[in-house]
Amino acid sequence: MGLSNKNKAILLGPLSKNNPIVVQMLGICSALAVTSKLEPAIVMAISVTVVVSFANVIISLLRNTIPNRIRIIVQLVVVAALVTIVSEVLKAFAYDVNKQLSVFVGLIITNCILMGRLEAFALGNGPWASFLDGIGNGLGYGLILAIIGFVRELFGFGTLLGHQVVPDIFYKWGYVNNGLMILPPMALIIVAAVIWIHRSRNKELQEK
Amino acid sequence: MKALRKYIDKIKPKFEEGGRFGMFRSVFEGIESFLFVPNHTSKAGVHIHDSMDSKRAMTVVIIALLPALLFGMYNTGYQHYVSAGVDAGFVSTFIYGMLAVLPVLIVSYVVGLGIEFTVAQWKKEEIQEGFLVSGILIPLIVPIDTPLWMIALATAFAVIFAKEVFGGTGYNIFNVALVTRAFLFFAYPGSMSGDSVFVRTAAQTVDGFSGATPLGQINMAPNEAIGSFQVVDTLGNPLSLWDMFFGLIPGSIGETSTLAILLGAVVLLYTGIASWKTMGSVFAGGIVASLLFNLAGTTVAMSVTPWEHICLGGFAFGAVFMATDPVTSSRTETGKYIYGFLTGLLAIVIRVLNPGYPEGMMMAILFMNIFAPLIDYYVVQSNISRRLKRARVK
Repeated sequence: MGLSNKNKAILLGPLSKNNPIVVQMLGICSALAVTSKLEPAIVMAISVTVVVSFANVIISLLRNTIPNRIRIIVQLVVVAALVTIVSEVLKAFAYDVNKQLSVFVGLIITNCILMGRLEAFALGNGPWASFLDGIGNGLGYGLILAIIGFVRELFGFGTLLGHQVVPDIFYKWGYVNNGLMILPPMALIIVAAVIWIHRSRNKELQEK
Repeated sequence: MKALRKYIDKIKPKFEEGGRFGMFRSVFEGIESFLFVPNHTSKAGVHIHDSMDSKRAMTVVIIALLPALLFGMYNTGYQHYVSAGVDAGFVSTFIYGMLAVLPVLIVSYVVGLGIEFTVAQWKKEEIQEGFLVSGILIPLIVPIDTPLWMIALATAFAVIFAKEVFGGTGYNIFNVALVTRAFLFFAYPGSMSGDSVFVRTAAQTVDGFSGATPLGQINMAPNEAIGSFQVVDTLGNPLSLWDMFFGLIPGSIGETSTLAILLGAVVLLYTGIASWKTMGSVFAGGIVASLLFNLAGTTVAMSVTPWEHICLGGFAFGAVFMATDPVTSSRTETGKYIYGFLTGLLAIVIRVLNPGYPEGMMMAILFMNIFAPLIDYYVVQSNISRRLKRARVK
């Protein structure tokens, strides 16, 4: 399956140069709230990817029939329906993670990335391009979430995906898990550090 | 000294632009201006300026901190020998404490200055003196038993994220030493609070020994004890106000002795480096808050007198050395009163009302650091609007 250059840019752009979190500064709230461990971060990333890509497709199909004045309501209905489906699936198949994510699954509805993509992209592009855009943005969001979750779980709990990775002997030598990593402020600092690295590698993103 | 000057002059060309070690220019300049007076003269016109450059101001602050540091060393040794039940004599007590405190001091300076030098080198700037004071403040505000790697990590975090990312010395929003402490406090609460970290206990402690700090005891005291509650030292003897003032009590290394801090305050105020307005209003704020709590007086913490509040914990240390930090406190004259008063007030409010934090000084100063620019902004704005009202165009 070959992708045209334009579609490739739509799919891969959000992973780096047009990343929803570190460049557009959207979805920061959930990035702070669900990333204290890697597993919920990944599940959250998958959920958002699914919701945003299918919402993009549906809105893109409907884009010529939605009256402009009520488009936000229509978008919300579509997103809410998808979020409800995802939430029910999580409850059925991943109950523990669902409990950790608590309200944040429901709050995907208010995630700025969703409304942003629907308004900015799906209303003006075809379903296939919109689908790719949704996948790209979901993965871009998920990539950052996974980085934050990785760092926070590794240094905050000494585990990854629930398995202990910091060897016992370290603890015997006096190593202590970093409690600040578990608190949301540290997620903010990690996001800042990611942005720092990202901008120093991509000079064109630096503000003057 | 002359030989050193000669040697430095000899190797200087190598470190200048284009020399063999040209890339280490800022390190060389830093060391040269540390050893000698900076060799800058103006190229055009006549300039008059004070000899009080930032290096000299920092040196005075370090001199002002020396009493607290030396007392902290003695107290560390003293608490250790009390826990062991040994009467070791003045000299060996001091030496024990010195050997315990020196590694912390060295780690804090090596890590902090290492980062400063690297960043200055990297950004091709001159090395600033900013860390000289932070480096000595950090050991003074941590418990003696904090592991060295934690101090290294916290210092690195604070220097990078509280200072260098904002642009280096003079641009930081938060007091660097307090960010170090806040990092330790939230990242490793087990090593920063409780009964067992403030005294380096002997292997065999004497009966009835407890390393709880006075503020910790007040925090833990049951409500029924009100009226009869008495702060005790590590062996359970009641502490008088004079004991608290003199400072042979458990606590972070440099904060226990209000007397030693007072000596530092005299130096800072006499040389005009710290603002008496800020310092005085921190104490005023603390006294007002604790008097108000005394009136309510429904818990043990509320009934602690203002004088005890000032002598215990880090209140005096924070007021004298931290709140007066010229970079992070308010710069306007009216702002200094507001900033200082609210700092003192908040510190006592946190101490008394929040059971999670027996000591509130760190939080209060960091919190007010955020508001210092806002206070300055409104002081300047109100000045402008007052003058505009006065000016009438006829």
